[in-house]
Amino acid sequence: MTTTESRTLTYAEAVREALSQAMEADERVFLLGEDVGTYGGAFGVTGDLVHRFGEERVRDTPISELGIVGAAVGAALAGMRPIVEIQFSDFTAQAMDQIVNQAAKIHFMLGGAATVPMVLRAPGGSGTGAAAQHSQSLEAWFAHVPGLKVVMPATAADAKGLLLAAIDDPNPVIVLEHKLLYKQSGVVPQSPARVRLGETAVRRDGTDLTIVATGVMVSRALEAAEQLAATGIEAAVLDPRTLRPLDSKTIVDSVTATGRALLVQEAPKTGGFMAEVSAAIVESPAFGHLTAPVTRLCGLDVPIPYAPQLEKAAVPQTEDIVKAATGLVNQW
Amino acid sequence: MDLTGNASLARETLRTMWTIRRFEEAVDDLFARGLMHGTMHLSIGQEAVPAGACLALADGDYITSTHRGHGHCIAKGARLDAMMAELLAKETGYCRGRGGSMHIADVATGNLGANGIVAGGVPIASGAGLAVKLRGGQQVVLSFFGDGAVNEGAWHEGVNLAAIWDLPVVFVCENNHYGMSMSAKRAAKVDRLGDRAAAYGIPGVTVDGNDPQEVFDAVSAAVARARAGDGPSLVEAMTYRWKGHSKSDKNLYRTREEIESWRERDPIVRFERAAITAGALSEEDAAECRDEARDRVRAAIRTANAAPDASAASLTDAVYAGSQS
Repeated sequence: MTTTESRTLTYAEAVREALSQAMEADERVFLLGEDVGTYGGAFGVTGDLVHRFGEERVRDTPISELGIVGAAVGAALAGMRPIVEIQFSDFTAQAMDQIVNQAAKIHFMLGGAATVPMVLRAPGGSGTGAAAQHSQSLEAWFAHVPGLKVVMPATAADAKGLLLAAIDDPNPVIVLEHKLLYKQSGVVPQSPARVRLGETAVRRDGTDLTIVATGVMVSRALEAAEQLAATGIEAAVLDPRTLRPLDSKTIVDSVTATGRALLVQEAPKTGGFMAEVSAAIVESPAFGHLTAPVTRLCGLDVPIPYAPQLEKAAVPQTEDIVKAATGLVNQW
Repeated sequence: MDLTGNASLARETLRTMWTIRRFEEAVDDLFARGLMHGTMHLSIGQEAVPAGACLALADGDYITSTHRGHGHCIAKGARLDAMMAELLAKETGYCRGRGGSMHIADVATGNLGANGIVAGGVPIASGAGLAVKLRGGQQVVLSFFGDGAVNEGAWHEGVNLAAIWDLPVVFVCENNHYGMSMSAKRAAKVDRLGDRAAAYGIPGVTVDGNDPQEVFDAVSAAVARARAGDGPSLVEAMTYRWKGHSKSDKNLYRTREEIESWRERDPIVRFERAAITAGALSEEDAAECRDEARDRVRAAIRTANAAPDASAASLTDAVYAGSQS
């Protein structure tokens, strides 16, 4: 197999391949987190890496999120390229001081004299019955903090390419993976090709409305777009992939062409990231081309519940997207 | 090594302590006269800890520091003019006006930064130690923190990581008796914070933090242990801050008598007398150290004042580091 070939990998395998290629290419890269070693990661992402790279570079840690992230900040300051796995993104709350007050700000506070080139990977999102403390979508927390970059890969190929770009980046990058996506497969290049941070992907072209979606909502938006096409509505589906820096130009261009924007996120509506995307659209010349109000379809403003029927009702499903899009096109 | 008996070491120790004292007195004065803004946490009275501890370090070793970090920065070898420029909000300051007193750093001399978050630097120091270990290097990381830090989660997590991984880190607790107004005695059930080391399976010792010799000896032993690959240690240095916590402190939580009793144990005066008694320094040598410190601080203020103010035009420059790939 040549290095230019692509194969089908799961999203989790794609992340692992990025980690292993980065570790092979640069001995400064190392992993640390809870159960990333022999256990292979709570979601199996690190798998056999400890056998290939050893316990020094695939480093099991105690349950100490604040300490783990702090250690990564210090190692990055001292010239290494640490990659932290936080078992569930909810647990970043334990580490918030090191993420927000340290990692994000050190480069600035020191006037540019030092950098913190680290990556924090953490699975987020609902859909597994794990309830309120293991199911949140916290991207807006991080996107709000200057100094952090925030990545949300929605496909296996992006899970690899964006992670490789994040590892190269001299800044702290938060990579929010989605636990429902880990087992989904996609075509992934064998080569360590980077997906540049700050480029919105156009997943589907369409003329009637623009659907912007993040994380697991991208695949639901694409399913919805197929169903909409059967009824004669052509929806463009855009995936920002990087929330910070955000490529709003691609979004604005699409909305300028379609005149309608449906913004879909799993996270609760209030203060969510799609409010930012909405503002980016209405602050742009696309405003003059809108034929309908910019519309958000978000998770309810509730903690994620346990019961499957409640959990499903708390976040947008494919049929919700179809309904919202149809209403938007037919009403306006 | 005998600091009071050796002429060059005695001179170096005394110079460092006087430089810290004069620098902070000048800062206090500039602040009182409205020529410096923000907030300041002065370490006047605590000079023996950074002086003794940093003397035990080698070039290339790292430190992490605290909100009360001017002394650490000076003792690790920072330039006074760049420090003063930072405090005076100048473009030539160590952080180009973005950090100020609480975030002062000099990466070139291994100072990875002062920290406005109590205990924030502790896991960072462990991480720097991990970097050294992964590279197979010989450097040591010394983490300064106050008595207030030892009750924060970050402290426990950071110390534990260093302990289980045998990282080359020396944890130095500057116990100045108060975390803002909370006395260390009310904040912890143990009498000696150095005893906390036992809970992590590492050596811990409590020393007189107003004696640079005791600090130097304890830190030297900890540094040797760290460099030998035997892991971290905790050194608690008992000292006292003469001034308030910061500019807003009305000193309602401690008595004038208590402050006076500690002023009588001035680490600089004590060391000066000991070095003179030991014959390592003459009265003239000591006076020279004092005058030299005063002159260097004055020169730093002049240089800093003449520098351009930090420019708002480049404010967003250092939010993100430029992409390498």
